[in-house]
Amino acid sequence: MSYEAVIGLEVHVQLKTRSKMFTRVAAGYGAPANTLTDPVVLALPGVLPVMNKEALDKIIKAGLLLGCDIAPVCKWDRKNYFYPDSPKNYQISQYDQPICRGGAVEIELPGAARNLMGEHKRIALTRIHLEEDVGKLNHGEGASLVDFNRAGTPLMEIVSEPVIRSADEAFAYLTALKMIMIYGGISDCDMEKGQLRCDANISIRPVGDPALGTKVELKNLNSFAFVRDGIAHEISRQVAVVAAGGQVVQETRDYDGLTGSSQSLRSKEMAHDYRYFPDPDLMPVQVDAAWKAAIQATCPELPFDRQRRLQAQFGLPYTLTSVLVPDPELADFFEAAAALGAKPQAAANWIANDLLRELGAAKLPLAQSKLRPPHLAGLVRLVEQGTILSNAAKEVFIDMFQTGELPEAVVARRGLKAETNLGELEQWCRDAIAANAKSVADFKGGKDSAINAFKGPVMRAAKGKADPKRVDEMLRKLLAE
Amino acid sequence: MADLIYASLEELAGRLGRRELSAVELMQAVIARTKAVDDRVRAFNSFDEADALEQARASDARRAAGREAGPLEGIPIGFKDVIAVAGQPLTASSRMLANFVSPYDATVTAKLKAAGALCWGRLNLDEFAMGSSTENSARHVTANPWDLERVPGGSSGGSAAAVAAGEAPAALGSDTGGSIRQPAALCSVVGLKPSYGRVSRYGLIAFASSLDQIGPFTRTVGDAATVLGAIAGHDPRDSTSLPAPVPDYRRAVADFAASGRRWRLGIPKEYFGAGLDPEVGAAVQAAIEEYRRLGCEIREVSLPHTRYAVAAYYIIATAECSSNLARYDGVRYGHRSSAAKDVLELYFKSRAEGFGPEVKRRIILGTYVLSSGYYDAYYLRAQKVRTLIRRDFLAAYQEVDAILAPTSPTPAFKRGEKAADPLAMYLSDIYTIGVNLAGLPGLSLPCGFTRSGLPIGLQIIGQPFKEAELLGVARAYEARTAWGERRPAL
Repeated sequence: MSYEAVIGLEVHVQLKTRSKMFTRVAAGYGAPANTLTDPVVLALPGVLPVMNKEALDKIIKAGLLLGCDIAPVCKWDRKNYFYPDSPKNYQISQYDQPICRGGAVEIELPGAARNLMGEHKRIALTRIHLEEDVGKLNHGEGASLVDFNRAGTPLMEIVSEPVIRSADEAFAYLTALKMIMIYGGISDCDMEKGQLRCDANISIRPVGDPALGTKVELKNLNSFAFVRDGIAHEISRQVAVVAAGGQVVQETRDYDGLTGSSQSLRSKEMAHDYRYFPDPDLMPVQVDAAWKAAIQATCPELPFDRQRRLQAQFGLPYTLTSVLVPDPELADFFEAAAALGAKPQAAANWIANDLLRELGAAKLPLAQSKLRPPHLAGLVRLVEQGTILSNAAKEVFIDMFQTGELPEAVVARRGLKAETNLGELEQWCRDAIAANAKSVADFKGGKDSAINAFKGPVMRAAKGKADPKRVDEMLRKLLAE
Repeated sequence: MADLIYASLEELAGRLGRRELSAVELMQAVIARTKAVDDRVRAFNSFDEADALEQARASDARRAAGREAGPLEGIPIGFKDVIAVAGQPLTASSRMLANFVSPYDATVTAKLKAAGALCWGRLNLDEFAMGSSTENSARHVTANPWDLERVPGGSSGGSAAAVAAGEAPAALGSDTGGSIRQPAALCSVVGLKPSYGRVSRYGLIAFASSLDQIGPFTRTVGDAATVLGAIAGHDPRDSTSLPAPVPDYRRAVADFAASGRRWRLGIPKEYFGAGLDPEVGAAVQAAIEEYRRLGCEIREVSLPHTRYAVAAYYIIATAECSSNLARYDGVRYGHRSSAAKDVLELYFKSRAEGFGPEVKRRIILGTYVLSSGYYDAYYLRAQKVRTLIRRDFLAAYQEVDAILAPTSPTPAFKRGEKAADPLAMYLSDIYTIGVNLAGLPGLSLPCGFTRSGLPIGLQIIGQPFKEAELLGVARAYEARTAWGERRPAL
């Protein structure tokens, strides 16, 4: 019998807000332990939470980008459980009334080859709700220390429908989701910094069977690759269990990406009773049409829409757009250069090859690049006009990247101009023609290749800085006189 | 000194303003009085004499510098030990917080400091404000100044006793189901629970978040208006505080009193049934007659869902407290068991050792009613009952301006009398709980004494956010009677 997998993902995404979800203290990563705290974060006696509007703006934006229905009223619930990383021993979350319902994530599956676009499909979402993050436990010898810097950071939980069918689809889903979050400025989704975390619910069933099998929740999938590998591992584990005549047990399993194995964390019987109830410290929030419209106005074009547009509008190949599009700043850089008149394919090539190489070598983010779209547009134009030659253009590019000077200045400073001026070129051509009457006769007699006899002397006179195409044009013009 | 320690805030403000009295002299008199009587009353958990005098000196300096002085400049105010004052203990009368010092000010504290008031002493209460006699304190039992064998009521028993005994001209308490009004009645002082949302709860140790409200204990209605005016108002740190302007309560009370207004006053028939002590009933009836003589129209009203109030209250309040008190786990602050070997034991032992029996009882009850499968039957149903109770009141207010009732079914009972019977103790709040469930303002003021000399309180229940009118109704009665001028023999 052959089986198919049914997978639903629960993805936690930290919102990129200036302050925490219920208090003014800054949210962030990497600060010394317990410095991003205040009485509210530490749940001192008597403190109260106050909702951060930026967090609501961001989750509404995420919902709008993903095509969710935004609830007109959203309320807050307490999820009660004891754990040392949870200062209040309850988490403020949303239980039965999530702010976003429905929606979908468009994903792209791997293509048949690297330069071929893969199949696109839509993964439906169940809901997105807002909650607060907990602190971090650091287990040492004889003691466990708690760092509450992360506690109270706004956290969005994105729950997909169980419609993902493979480990590759799960990987593609996370990749697409991350792109959208980055496009919306909602989160950087850096898994190493805990900005994105993923749990997977996995079951298998005989192909064609509409009923769902017993699901297993897989936790600790702490990189995109581990998500893919962990799911693949769990699917084959379940298939093996069933093939051996056994039954899949409902449980939570912990995946270890380093060893590629998983072990049971807890069974269904040990599931928590979270005693949800509406948080009496917070008032429900009304999301009216004007608020939604104001956020809608800030929503960018979705990444795959942009990719399709870049291909259609600029004639760029799939391979180039798939380099440019995942990073909105890179794609913006391209579009800015193109808007300045740069030939699109040339500009895209410079960005995808040279700019990324130089940024990588210098370990610089694009935002800190001294080479900006006007530099690139200028460079592409100089090459196109024949003012500089392609080998010189590479030199100019690296110089601009290092100095931030515009290409004309670099060309002048380094003397890389293809020819000093047309008058000079004309003079060199006239001299070469005058010195070789035989070839003039041959050419005029119909032997086209005779023109090459003039080019050597011209190039020598130009010390190599003449554009062969221009020399050819000039010679033909003079020979036609 | 006797005139000083029982002077009203208004009188004290006048004498301070005329420089007949300095804040330091007043503070010294209050400290001396406290030292003289508190070994018997035991209203205080602690007080910081040096800090109080330092605050008094700063107040005198402000006045000397010509800074405009409000009605609370230089006035000592006691704090129920659940309201945060930076640098002072905040114990909730619990072992759990026995050594906790607050690093921050509650919003009411910050407001009182800004008004020039002096933060004076930490006042005893039933642990985490759970109780009606202050016997549930892990610190000590506070006595009723009128009869030291009897309880002062609770949970704000220390606040009521301190004001009644002249150990503070005013104090703050908190009221979740009657915890300001009931002790005020039992100690013959004025106690006001404002409408839910009128006063910020930021910095008040939460018992039941949807019911808790901070309010003043004073010896006159006018003084209650003064303190309310200083602490009321929207607070960006409390999402449940009402974003509405605060009326000038002092002026409003004076205006109402001068207006000779003939209010329509409702008498809820459900509040005068079985269980009401006859002497309390008679005193309240006499007060009603006084209002009739004032020209007020007295009407019987019905609050038909009253009989469900105690049950609904003990579901909602315990549910909320089971969650609110989860933070006391021994991890970040507070009592931590030295016997714990792992994190689960740390929770179990720290909480077992840190909480008293009544707190544990309520946490267990609240945990139970929120449990999976019980939520709809208990918590959700109690919330529906709560809505019905609020509607009862709002329907009554279609016909009347305010409601008159007893505050407590009995006068002060003897220490230990109800301590072994939690249900009997819960019924002490039978007339006050509905007001919290409905979010209304309620006030208790002295309206007589039993033959044996125990105080009796009249409860006046107002319309949502109409504290000014409520205080006006109270002042009209106060102006015609002298019950509030009697002092306990200490």
